[in-house]
Amino acid sequence: MASLVGSRVERKEDKRFLTGKGRYTADINLANQTYAIFVRSPHARASIKKLNIDKALKSSGVVSILTGKEIADDKIGGLIAGWAIRSEDGTEMKCPGNPPLAKDNVNFVGDPVAVVIAESLAEAKEAAEKVEVDYKVLKAVTSTADAINGDAIHEGIDKNLCFDWLLGDRQKVKEAFDKADKVISIDIINNRLIPNAMEPRACVADYNAASEEITLYTTSQNPHLSRLIMSAFGNVAPEHKLRVVAPDVGGGFGSKINVYNEDIVCSWAAKKINRAIKWVAERSESFLTDIHGRDHVTHAELAVTKDGKFLGFKNETIANLGAYARVFGTVTPTYLFGPCATGVYEIPAAYTNVKAVYTNTAPVDAYRGAGRPEATYTIERLVEKASMELGIDKTELRIKNFPTAFPFKQTLVHTVDSGDYVAGMEKAKQMADYKGFEARRKESEAKGKLRGIGVTSYFEACGIAPSAAVMSLGCGVGLWESAEVRFNPTGQVTVYTGSHSHGQSHQTTFAQIAADELGVPIENIDIVHGDTDKGTFGMGTYGSRSLAVGGIAIVNACKKIVEKGKRVTAKMLEANPEDVEFKDGEFIVSKSNKKKTIGEVAFACYLPGVRDEMKSPLPEGDEPGLKETSFYDPSNFSFPAGTHIAEVEIDPETGHVKLEKYTACDDFGRIINPMVVEGQVHGGLAQGIGQALYENAEYDETGQLMTGSYMDYTMPRADNFPEFNIGYTCTHATTNPLGVKGCGEAGAIAAPPTVMNAVIDALGGQEVTMPATAEKVWKACKNLKKSNAKAA
Amino acid sequence: MGKISLEVNGRKVEKEASDNTLLSTFLREHLQLTGTHIGCDTSQCGACVVHVDGNSLKSCTALAADVNGSKVTTIEGLETNGKMHPMQEAFKKLHGLQCGFCTPGMVMSAVDLLQKNKKPSDTEIRDWLEGNICRCTGYQNIVAAVKEAATKM
Repeated sequence: MASLVGSRVERKEDKRFLTGKGRYTADINLANQTYAIFVRSPHARASIKKLNIDKALKSSGVVSILTGKEIADDKIGGLIAGWAIRSEDGTEMKCPGNPPLAKDNVNFVGDPVAVVIAESLAEAKEAAEKVEVDYKVLKAVTSTADAINGDAIHEGIDKNLCFDWLLGDRQKVKEAFDKADKVISIDIINNRLIPNAMEPRACVADYNAASEEITLYTTSQNPHLSRLIMSAFGNVAPEHKLRVVAPDVGGGFGSKINVYNEDIVCSWAAKKINRAIKWVAERSESFLTDIHGRDHVTHAELAVTKDGKFLGFKNETIANLGAYARVFGTVTPTYLFGPCATGVYEIPAAYTNVKAVYTNTAPVDAYRGAGRPEATYTIERLVEKASMELGIDKTELRIKNFPTAFPFKQTLVHTVDSGDYVAGMEKAKQMADYKGFEARRKESEAKGKLRGIGVTSYFEACGIAPSAAVMSLGCGVGLWESAEVRFNPTGQVTVYTGSHSHGQSHQTTFAQIAADELGVPIENIDIVHGDTDKGTFGMGTYGSRSLAVGGIAIVNACKKIVEKGKRVTAKMLEANPEDVEFKDGEFIVSKSNKKKTIGEVAFACYLPGVRDEMKSPLPEGDEPGLKETSFYDPSNFSFPAGTHIAEVEIDPETGHVKLEKYTACDDFGRIINPMVVEGQVHGGLAQGIGQALYENAEYDETGQLMTGSYMDYTMPRADNFPEFNIGYTCTHATTNPLGVKGCGEAGAIAAPPTVMNAVIDALGGQEVTMPATAEKVWKACKNLKKSNAKAA
Repeated sequence: MGKISLEVNGRKVEKEASDNTLLSTFLREHLQLTGTHIGCDTSQCGACVVHVDGNSLKSCTALAADVNGSKVTTIEGLETNGKMHPMQEAFKKLHGLQCGFCTPGMVMSAVDLLQKNKKPSDTEIRDWLEGNICRCTGYQNIVAAVKEAATKM
């Protein structure tokens, strides 16, 4: 049987999506359902003086109106930060309460204060207009850089500081800088982004009074985790009385990791009114209340020798958490950021210091790449600047500082098990025709255009997050993954994975893995996920962990099936279990022609004695049935890496940046389905290029979101991109049996510095902040003209 | 309230709907054709594109009453005798979709492009699809799928 791992298998999930049969949360309608509309704060910071629902209650079709008072009275808990971070001085991080409905204070535009539940959506909307809230508006804090100097927005949290965290050794760094020939320094802003999964968030909550069970259909990347948080911290219902289903989910990119206010409120309210409640976000609500991403202000320095060896690295960053610390809010700018900030280089001394601040803006949390794009942007912009200041070719400077051997003990935390960064660089240069660039630059100049080339070499820590690794860092939660592999008596297989697909293709790639492991045709394998009633527990999908963690759990469960199959076969064929080999779906007794197919073994496991040769029961110690479970906790992160090269052409008359070429050469370890991996790279690149050239979330000084619709927030379109040129090198991960590393975030991590390095190269080294809009670039072009004129 | 009569995917339908009912709402809520998706509230994303009398239209930009009497084709009506349309086949073959949410609008829009331009260039495809936002694919495989479908239609 030909191996499916490594093949371009067409996706099993596609037909339903292509024929309109996908079942997303907003497609679900339950009998006798009601509709919810949330009343949200129009102010970024205010105290609630009075909230009057009398008029609204009299509005047509209203079933119930619930506010922060009722939710507090019922002791429903608030939203939480999932990771505890300690400051450099040893103090615990400071997190404000975040009730699902605000009772006393609102802290960002969109913070919900009440829910109106009515017989129809139109009636709910109309009644919501009649809820009267008397706010005392307070001065908002919106600037990341200045938040520390603003009014304290949460009681008891001085300087709006959640924590002031340090990773690394300041003294060693000082010594390294004292020895340096030159110090390269840079001030950068990592612009705030809005994830914008195309499916707006939604939930449908139902209550069954007979079983006393709440069922929540929701747009989640991790239904079990949502259930855990809603139960343990939200006090919504005990876990066995709360079912969370995340059906087809239309993209997540991190924004659907969090349990949101609406999930908790609708679940709690459904029980209260004993009816189903449906809520679907309008896009403008998504803009205001989905978690946002990035939003760092950084000063970084690199100490170098005159021949280009890196000696030391400093990174001083202020990270905006928004109004509240949410699930991955505190870990994103710390452990997902700091350890990756020294990039793919041997730098003997380094530190990263992060001050995480609260502001009156939407909560900031994990968005595709989460921390690693910010880290990579910092180091790769700095290295590119070093190459300009030292006059050393940008690729040579990088190669000079790459690790010479693997495992590579990286400066701050990680031990990178495998990689070949030089091979990746050489291949990328060849793919991009790096040598031919100067000729192309001249051609552009002849047309009156400016051309630039930018390079990025990156690594990332994926497979988030092995317990051993994160606990050694002082974080409380390790993130393993589970799989259950169940045979039916007649030989088909159902695999439950605790991972979740919202575009990642699990139904196909996980089936490819199981088909190879079990020798069962792929059409006889179903991958099931997204329902807490169907599997024991799962951590969900984020941090490029589905394959490197969830996929390995499937492999391990399959291996247990095979081991049991060997014992059963031995019993059936009167052989020693050690003499039974398994290959391509058959158990073969070595040095004989005796064998059983895995289907026959499954049948015997469920129905021993039905077939002649199976007169005796199962082997001693084995129970009937054929189902195995694995809870897989990896020993380390996985470390994809690569080099990307971009070329841009700028029209100095308009400031328009045209991305002419984009080359990505990545090492993702073993690739299960090349077609799916290409799709992941393309999508990541589009988001990364979007950050560099188009996207920006902007609040005004009063805390109003200025980019709250697709009319104002530039979503990249088909005509914004060239055809990407992508390729691979391959070193297998040594820390998991498949040798896989993860591919979902690479594009979003590498593309921003690659594109910006190209833009800044074209602009003769002038700094431009992301996104490099025509206006900013046009101004830079004018400066360039002036300085060139002076020089002449 | 008023009576809306349409021919949807070859089937005659007649339903009462309030005058402000959008075509997208009518399809999803009144006819349970949930393949047509709502991804925004400013007519930017294109997830709701359907064909009205043969031309692509963002169904959130029209009232159901405006198109009364028309022939409407949604993503559910693109198959013939259980066989997918060449555009649907091409999207599957070339991985032109990931989460699937923008897909119905993207496919309906692409089908209309090929009705109007049998052999579009890459640039023409990218220009045409400018009104359909996809957050997953980076568009590359969508463009490839449209080109592939052009060889089959």
